[in-house]
Amino acid sequence: MSADEQTKLQPRIELETIGLQAYFGETRAVHGVSLRMPRHRLTALIGPSGCGKSTFIRCLNRLHEEIPGARAEGQVLLEGEDIYRRGVDPVLIRRRIGMVFQRPNPFPTMSIYENVASGLLLAGVKDRRTLDPIVERSLKQAALWDEVKDQLKRTGTRLSGGQQQRLCIARALAVEPPVLLMDEPTSALDPISTARIEELLLELKKAVTVVMVTHNMQQAARISDQTAFFLLGDMVESGPTDAIFTNPKDQRTEQYITGRFG
Amino acid sequence: MKADRIFIQILRAAAGVSLLILAAFFIQMFWSSLPALRAAGMSFFSGTDWDPNQDVFGAGAFIYGTLVSSLLALLIAVPISVATALCLTEIFPAKIAGVISFLVEMLAAIPSVVFGLWGVFVLSPLLRSSVQPFLSERFSWIPLFSGPPLGIGMMSAGVILAIMITPTLTALAREVFLSIPTLQREAAQALGATRWETIWIAVLKNAKSGLWGAIILGWGRALGETMAVTMVIGNRPQISASLFAPAQTLAAVLANEYAEATSDLHLSALSALGFTLLLVSTIIHLGAKFWIRRGRES
Ligand SMILES: Nc1ncnc2c1ncn2[C@@H]1O[C@H](COP(=O)(O)OP(=O)(O)O)[C@@H](O)[C@H]1O
Ligand SMILES: [Mg+2]
Repeated sequence: MSADEQTKLQPRIELETIGLQAYFGETRAVHGVSLRMPRHRLTALIGPSGCGKSTFIRCLNRLHEEIPGARAEGQVLLEGEDIYRRGVDPVLIRRRIGMVFQRPNPFPTMSIYENVASGLLLAGVKDRRTLDPIVERSLKQAALWDEVKDQLKRTGTRLSGGQQQRLCIARALAVEPPVLLMDEPTSALDPISTARIEELLLELKKAVTVVMVTHNMQQAARISDQTAFFLLGDMVESGPTDAIFTNPKDQRTEQYITGRFG
Repeated sequence: MKADRIFIQILRAAAGVSLLILAAFFIQMFWSSLPALRAAGMSFFSGTDWDPNQDVFGAGAFIYGTLVSSLLALLIAVPISVATALCLTEIFPAKIAGVISFLVEMLAAIPSVVFGLWGVFVLSPLLRSSVQPFLSERFSWIPLFSGPPLGIGMMSAGVILAIMITPTLTALAREVFLSIPTLQREAAQALGATRWETIWIAVLKNAKSGLWGAIILGWGRALGETMAVTMVIGNRPQISASLFAPAQTLAAVLANEYAEATSDLHLSALSALGFTLLLVSTIIHLGAKFWIRRGRES
């Protein structure tokens, strides 16, 4: 097999955790998780609530440590580079990794335009001729452009919940991050908004590596390529989504996906 | 339910009573001000001469002193309070922040006469012996810092007012910052904002209208503060460009002259000062409310 074919079958690993542990003070919420997240694939994290999915995903952009008393151990490799290595500035890491939260959180004092541009403004890009096309592209990517193109100067908090969440996706995409983290991005939304976001994720993952927490197993089955099942701070098993859902290796995974607990 | 209805009626009555008291207060103040206002006419507000023995009543210098001393206080207290509150909510570890918050609240409980004493014995001498000579040596070409360094005067009043309103302002600003959802901070952090950028984008920008509200409350307190001010401001009805010069405020002159007022016209003039103070506070309060609301809607 040629190297080229090899990479086709085995996509490059964009993001990988090795023995990742996360603590809140003395309490350990994530117990040594090793997971590979391939490039331009959507990895879904599932599991009952409180099992450490949010904590895990928040370690991937070093947001976890912003909580007072919280810290992480182990390695997280972003394109082979350990982002927990000493001397790495978490701020620079976060510029390369987009994040979308469970509840939409646009900046209420900023217009729609400024919200989308905020990451670039932070990076020092101020020229409107540069910003305009990026804002448009990002809003189009987030499937929001048609709805807001005539009200870019209005504040983003007047939009509906689903639109606000797509605005947050556009905001995250504007800096063209290679990785997008999403923590239950649709759990606060109605089914129609959820469907729109799922559609746009299927499109997005052609260009972006997505890691998504979801409490909704149908959602994981519909849109993810790889699924990891978490339980009580451990990652029980991970693998291709169809394999996890049709033929799980671990009994606990099977019990969870067949709805027998969680 | 019947109990509910009764309860609501009681609440209504309570609200009505406070409204009534306020209205009665305004009317009463105005009523007892009338003789002096009639005698002095508009010059009561514009005139700057105040000589009860000659029945000359011009409150202009007091209005000026009230506004300038309180604005000076805000100018000093707002940056300090906002910075302190930011340290408490965004920077210091919870334990240290708790101790400092407690100390700040203790400061707010110190009676104003104690601040006044401190102003007389510590602040004014300090201003006289070092701060004012320094300023007048280097910046004497600025009228604000001209004239002899007396210690007591507008600057002392402004500083003491600043110290008095700082605890309240800090506590209010802290509440405003605490009410901002963590999710806003995380939105900024996740975009790669530094600590300062996060404070700017997620905290200060979102706190703007709340902070204005806090500033207005602090201003109200500075406008009406009497005891400490009268002890350090020099009690002279004059409008001077210099911050070193003695001045006088509405509240302070009321406290000074009330006991000695003998003529009916003098008493009426003092009522008119009270009425003016009430008017100034109300105008500032309503104006600020209106302005904040407009800002929020646009
Ligand atoms: N800020 C926090 N402080 C202390 N413990 C926390 C905090 N956030 C979450 N935890 C604990 O960490 C564990 C994992 O939580 P989380 O990662 O939010 O789970 P999930 O997202 O899978 O529902 C839970 O036991 C939770 O109680
Ligand atoms: Mg969660």
